[in-house]
Amino acid sequence: MDSKNFRIPSGCSICGIMNKKGRVFSGNDIIQSIALMHERSNGLGGGFAAYGIYPEYKNYYAFHLFYSDKNAKEETEHFLHQHFDVILGEKIPTRKIKSIKNPPLIWRYFLKPDSKRILLSDIEEENDYVFSCVMKINTYIKGAYVFSSGKNMGAFKGVGYPEDIGDFYRLDEYKGYIWTAHGRFPTNTPGWWGGAHPFTLLDWSVVHNGEISSYDTNRRFLEMYGYKCALQTDTEVITYTFDYLVRKQGLSLETAVKIVAPPFWSEIERLPKKEADFLRTLRYVYSSLLINGPFSIILGMSNGMLALNDRIKLRPLTAAVHGEFLYVASEESAIREICPQPHRVWAPKGGEPVIGFLEK
Amino acid sequence: MALSFKMPEFLIKRQVETCSKCLLCVKQCANKVHYYDEKNDSFLTADENCVGCHRCAVICPTRSIYILKYPLEFRRNAYWTEETIKQIYKQAESGGILLAGTGTDRDYPIYWDKILINASQVTNPSIDPLREPMELKTFLGRRPKAITVEGKEIKEEIPPKLELEVPIMFAAMSFGAISLNAVKSLAKAAQKKGTYYNTGEGGLHRDLYQYGSNTTVQVASGRFGVHPDYLNAGAAIEIKIGQGAKPGIGGHLPGEKVGEEVSKTRMIPLGSDAISPAPHHDIYSIEDLRQLIFSLKEATDYKKPVGVKIAAVHNIAAIASGIARAGADFIVIDGFRGGTGAAPQRTRDNVGIPIELALAAVDSRLRDESIRNEVSLVVSGGIRNSADVIKAIALGADAVYIGTAALIALGCHMCQKCYTGKCNWGIATQDPQLTKRLDPEIGAQRAANLIKAWKHEIKDMLGGMGINAIESLRGNRLMLRGIGLTDTELKILGIKAAGE
Amino acid sequence: MAVSINYKGLNFRQAGELLKKAAADGEKQINLFNVNGQRYIAAGLKGNFFINIHGTPGNDLAAYMDGPEIFVMGNAQDGCCNTMNSGRVIINGSVGDIAGYAMRGGELFIKGNAGYRTGIHMKEYGDTVPVLVIGGRTGDFLGEYMAGGIIIVLGLGMEPCDEIVGNFCGTGMHGGVMYIRGKINPHKLGKEVKSVEMEEKDYILLEKYLKQFCAYFNESLHIIEESSFQKIVPFNKRPYGNLYTPH
Repeated sequence: MDSKNFRIPSGCSICGIMNKKGRVFSGNDIIQSIALMHERSNGLGGGFAAYGIYPEYKNYYAFHLFYSDKNAKEETEHFLHQHFDVILGEKIPTRKIKSIKNPPLIWRYFLKPDSKRILLSDIEEENDYVFSCVMKINTYIKGAYVFSSGKNMGAFKGVGYPEDIGDFYRLDEYKGYIWTAHGRFPTNTPGWWGGAHPFTLLDWSVVHNGEISSYDTNRRFLEMYGYKCALQTDTEVITYTFDYLVRKQGLSLETAVKIVAPPFWSEIERLPKKEADFLRTLRYVYSSLLINGPFSIILGMSNGMLALNDRIKLRPLTAAVHGEFLYVASEESAIREICPQPHRVWAPKGGEPVIGFLEK
Repeated sequence: MALSFKMPEFLIKRQVETCSKCLLCVKQCANKVHYYDEKNDSFLTADENCVGCHRCAVICPTRSIYILKYPLEFRRNAYWTEETIKQIYKQAESGGILLAGTGTDRDYPIYWDKILINASQVTNPSIDPLREPMELKTFLGRRPKAITVEGKEIKEEIPPKLELEVPIMFAAMSFGAISLNAVKSLAKAAQKKGTYYNTGEGGLHRDLYQYGSNTTVQVASGRFGVHPDYLNAGAAIEIKIGQGAKPGIGGHLPGEKVGEEVSKTRMIPLGSDAISPAPHHDIYSIEDLRQLIFSLKEATDYKKPVGVKIAAVHNIAAIASGIARAGADFIVIDGFRGGTGAAPQRTRDNVGIPIELALAAVDSRLRDESIRNEVSLVVSGGIRNSADVIKAIALGADAVYIGTAALIALGCHMCQKCYTGKCNWGIATQDPQLTKRLDPEIGAQRAANLIKAWKHEIKDMLGGMGINAIESLRGNRLMLRGIGLTDTELKILGIKAAGE
Repeated sequence: MAVSINYKGLNFRQAGELLKKAAADGEKQINLFNVNGQRYIAAGLKGNFFINIHGTPGNDLAAYMDGPEIFVMGNAQDGCCNTMNSGRVIINGSVGDIAGYAMRGGELFIKGNAGYRTGIHMKEYGDTVPVLVIGGRTGDFLGEYMAGGIIIVLGLGMEPCDEIVGNFCGTGMHGGVMYIRGKINPHKLGKEVKSVEMEEKDYILLEKYLKQFCAYFNESLHIIEESSFQKIVPFNKRPYGNLYTPH
């Protein structure tokens, strides 16, 4: 897994589906939707995030891991047993697919953090403990990579076209209330499974189309606060940015959006003073977290889904609603493929988020 | 009197056929190089007085004056160079410390020129700055560690900050070291371009109070002209600990330069030497710096950001970290190429380190300590053009100061004789006959033009990198690559080699 | 005689071959059914025939097209009429971003809204003048770099919170003309353009294209006739003449 050291720019397709009532549905729709945008990827990366898929283990952290070899697995499992009660550890079920070659060892674990260890450490919150464990495995255990670590959710990704990856992981057999997907068009060929999207941390998952020109500014800021950008990919910093702003800084998702894709100063100056002051301060304090360059992203969370474009809309994004469903995709046709006549279809403006929260 | 070994540096030639004998050269040269012999209707030159400032050549209406290197060949010697030999002659004659003006002219590596900038191709569109928004607005100040939002209100009080329309400010140059017209030019230009100039340690002349909102007032060891009105007149306060051209030593404005206006502004007697001690005598340690920072904040009601300027020296990273923790809102690091009106030449040429390395080391250290976001970083000391600005920001600076470049915009020709007080361009002088040559309106326009041109160039390069807000360049070292650098230098700069 | 092609399940290459064959066979009306996401429909096609599209054509619809007329019963995606030379495209719906990019001639009529950078770098040359009519509203950077041609924005069917054009409208524009219905806030305009008085010839030109628009989409000309328009033109052909200093 030496490719951890390379940064690979890539173009892509993304889509997401959410049932606002929290009703679960199989992975077939998302596979069909992303498959329509086959042209936007090149077979070098595909992946999915699904929420609500592990109801029987919903109180445990579900870790998905890639291992390059048995040693990495042994070392990681030793680490996991030290830091967690391992409720279950198993191979993630896969199908043999002709086009999917040389997969790593793919395992999942349902984990309960060791509360005594948390007490002994200087970490107060359970999530921070899990976060630091993920960072440790990904940074220090050679050949091991945690690619999913949330509760009742999971990422499934690899090298291949997304529809084949979906087939490989048997996603038709899972049921979730939010699904996001990604088809990747990387500009070189690392052949490393960890490089595919989504990028996740705890309950967050991000699929992303575009390349971030502020990458190193964002990365070097986040690394001051314990994030280790082991993968050197743009998308990883987006995931960490939201984790930092929302979970660690306690800001709302809407406020976080105003930080990563803030209005231009010229727009801010035109706003009423109170709002202008608010936005000015956000831009000032978190200027290093402005995400610059072209992007459209879909952020998955346990309680909803957010889609967002960069401020000058350099990547495509279409949204639609139909009944209980919210759809977002790089292309309108990807939505119509699974929902031919949505009630409403629209193109969100740059920097204007599409946010869907589960109705409680 | 013993024979002097000093020989001229320049040879003046006059093309007699075209010379109109307007005598402008004779009238304008403060160094008394040109003489007109009325009896013989011919010109004489005192070559040994020429400093190479070009004034006569530039104003000559018929382009009849040539300034050449004086033809005096020394036997080739790679070790005992002409320069070395001449310096020994001078010191043997005078017994004095060699004095020099402007930043060091020695052939040290210029790291700016060994750093290359990135641009987008295919995977990321470059942004067209002429047609799409391109934001250079920059703030300098202390950022809170975290904020709490309630509704659309932020609970924490945000400390005072400077707002710059472009990440370039005019560096500290005192009234005294430079003329009032030069200071006025920079003040007006700062106002036009939405940035700041810096008073240096020379106090604030009454004519300059109107530019207060574009002024940073400096507090240095001499405390010249420091009083409550002064402190409150500017938008920010800068404590000057040291300067890149002469780290570790103080300053000395000779009594000859302390005329009536300088005397009033500095609040010292007419004609007396203005001596700035090497250290602040209320700062012998880092906790004392905190005391000075907070005394200034108290005196200005916590309404102005307070910064600290230091020279780039070996242990700069640790020092900067200490300054951040002492409560400074911004830190200014002045590299060893920083300019000066007068500095001992040995110090100017041998003490300190390059700003590129100092900046990279400081930015990295502040990040290692997780405090980079809480303090702003300004660098100075040899910023020559907009590419240097881009590179400085990508290495980690929030903004830069330009001093020498600004003076060149006003007309400085880099003769390096600022300390003589005979600046023919009306910049580094207090002689009214000379200072009137610099019209502050024209000076302001030239300095403003320079900023305007650099601003366009910065936008062009930012757009090329696919970035449309300057804050996304700050510390973005992946946008830089090194060329012809050793592994150690690359490591300190935190950049990869070209091709990597 | 009309010919039909079922696009269901076809990729763009397969579909494109069928369409090109029909065109080469001299078909005058070609109906495409179950279109969804196939790119490059009619890209580079020349001739004088009609294509009827049912569904959502993919990116680069009618790119480089030179002659045919297309009617889309639905929305189109990004890059519609990219670098089109001549012909006509009528969208009975909305379009994505960069519609009409570098369009050199022909007409694009959109019933609904258009996305970002609509009409970017449209240009005219000799007698060919591209025309872009948008029934609804547009995103930011309308007519960016525009070097020629005509853009008309009608703002029909807008919600009260909507604005007819986005920010940076006409930024970098140095040729051509835009007509925008109603009043637009000056801050929406790029620094290279100005709003000028409408003249008689402008009304004549507008009427011609608006009649076409109303005919295609069954709109009443009255709504449009009773409105005022703002005419946007560039200050000059060389907005950046003073930007550079010789080395």
